[in-house]
Amino acid sequence: MSAVAVHLDGLTRRFGELIALDELDLDVAPGELVALLGPSGCGKTTALRLLAGFDYPDGGRVKVGGVDITDVPASKRDMGMVFQAYSLFPNMDARTNVEFGLRMRKQPSPERRARAEQVLGLVGLSAHAGHYPHQLSGGQQQRVALARALAIEPSVLLLDEPLSALDARVRAQLRGEIRSVQQRLGITTLFVTHDQAEALSIADRVGVMHEGKLEQIGTPEEVYERPATPFVAEFVGTMNRVAGRLAADGRLEVLGASLKASGPQSRAAGELVEVLVRPEALEAVADPNGHATVAERTFLGSFTRMRVTLDDGSELLIDAASRRGLPEPGVRVSVRATGEDALVSGSAHGLTPAAP
Amino acid sequence: MAILVLAAIFFLGPLISAIRFSLEQTNGKDGLGNYTQLLHNAALGGSLVTSLEIAALTTAIMLALMLPTVVWVRLRLPRLALLVESISVLPIVIPPIVMAAGLATLQSHASAGLSNLIFSSPLTALTPVYVILAMPFAYRSLDVGVRAIDLRTLVDAARSLGAGWTTVLGRVILPNVRTAVLTAASLTVALVLAEVVIAETLLYTTYPVELVDTGQAQLGVAVALSVLSLAITWMLLLAISFIGNRGASRARIGRLL
Repeated sequence: MSAVAVHLDGLTRRFGELIALDELDLDVAPGELVALLGPSGCGKTTALRLLAGFDYPDGGRVKVGGVDITDVPASKRDMGMVFQAYSLFPNMDARTNVEFGLRMRKQPSPERRARAEQVLGLVGLSAHAGHYPHQLSGGQQQRVALARALAIEPSVLLLDEPLSALDARVRAQLRGEIRSVQQRLGITTLFVTHDQAEALSIADRVGVMHEGKLEQIGTPEEVYERPATPFVAEFVGTMNRVAGRLAADGRLEVLGASLKASGPQSRAAGELVEVLVRPEALEAVADPNGHATVAERTFLGSFTRMRVTLDDGSELLIDAASRRGLPEPGVRVSVRATGEDALVSGSAHGLTPAAP
Repeated sequence: MAILVLAAIFFLGPLISAIRFSLEQTNGKDGLGNYTQLLHNAALGGSLVTSLEIAALTTAIMLALMLPTVVWVRLRLPRLALLVESISVLPIVIPPIVMAAGLATLQSHASAGLSNLIFSSPLTALTPVYVILAMPFAYRSLDVGVRAIDLRTLVDAARSLGAGWTTVLGRVILPNVRTAVLTAASLTVALVLAEVVIAETLLYTTYPVELVDTGQAQLGVAVALSVLSLAITWMLLLAISFIGNRGASRARIGRLL
């Protein structure tokens, strides 16, 4: 199958007073996997449902492979979809489920069967073809659902939080499998999720949505390292809010370090601003003359997260690679920013510049 | 325990008495006389066929109307669910004699064409009425069945795989709410086999009407008939719960439906 491009053009959807989707523009290149990431109610699922044809937009157009399909019903859109909830037909075994789409396309039985075997093999479930959904685990059900979606050789694959009902281990494994199948088939894919780790690990590009709008779209690295807005910064990963002072050269004095300032630049030098800093871009060093105390230390495997209370009462989260000799709770420390740049999020409301 | 004994007396007492009474023959001896007489009662057999025909047609029409309605309300008009449910109860609230009186008026004033079309046979005259009478029971049991499945996801999945609405209803929803469908169907059949007021008023001789008439003439035969009817109903209910509970063979039965 040759991959096609998806183009959402000014897509708007209102539910009464609520604007679920506000003139969304989105381009997905052929064969690309784009993840739409955002909190619940941000419009990501609405966008997916409009693309699938389950819902009709109040404004804007949906184009796939250059063809306007806004008025085409869902049953004629040729899209494979995997749902958040278990969606296998309970009255059919795995094979019959996978064959369903082909049956709708009036494919003869031997071809149907061969194709079903093939895609079930692709998701590693050939041995379970005769099992009914209630005889399969959650992960297996979602695999069959993926096989069912792929069986019809859809032009676009739509994944609506397909992993959120699964436990952590299965989730990570299936995430990898989905990505590898998607890359092998080169199928254009839109993946909707509220889990930032999932979006960052699986997607070619991540689009962060907020209140019906796309806040930023870019590669996972771009979105994580250079968030365009404070919302993106705080939704993707963990952020500390600290006070900093803008210097004359466009640099930023934060926690005793001089960092390159990004974000809104229309501020005067010397102004006190709120700065967003990642926990891994901070360092806590035991120092009897420091201005902070370690309040809590949590071992998280490869890294250790410390909650540090500054003398002015504010708190910071600091991540350090797990090793011996990290400061214990109760120890006085000095905190230093180690990164190269930091995002200015706004004026410092009630924040006092933290001493280094 | 005491409650169980009380319940047993309460339910089994009348039943045993009825069986006992149905075995008493007019000649004073015990025997199956009342039951054998049933076999020779041609009027009863004829009316039973009529009633079964009405029951089958009523069930078919009821399902064809109600299942899509329930699905549509749950999918597209969830806020109106309560309203539709209230409307569906109306046939219980309105006494059957009101409907019978209305229909009798229509019957007596109907043009010759309409009379021939509808009122000439109990099948065409009573089926529409029974569809309405069955609505409260059918709507409720189908609604319970549809609410128990993840309707929206199943419908969306089927639609995205290319299924039209007829296929969605017939191949995806129907097999997965078959217990509810069987319940709705058996309630409808039970209603048709028990409704007397309207049939009697409109002067149609259905099975329940014949049953009442027989009861007035030959009490022993009538009681024998009730015992038989009860046994058949029990077997019907057992069959439904049997079909509903068969886990592994669900699909095969689903496809048969």
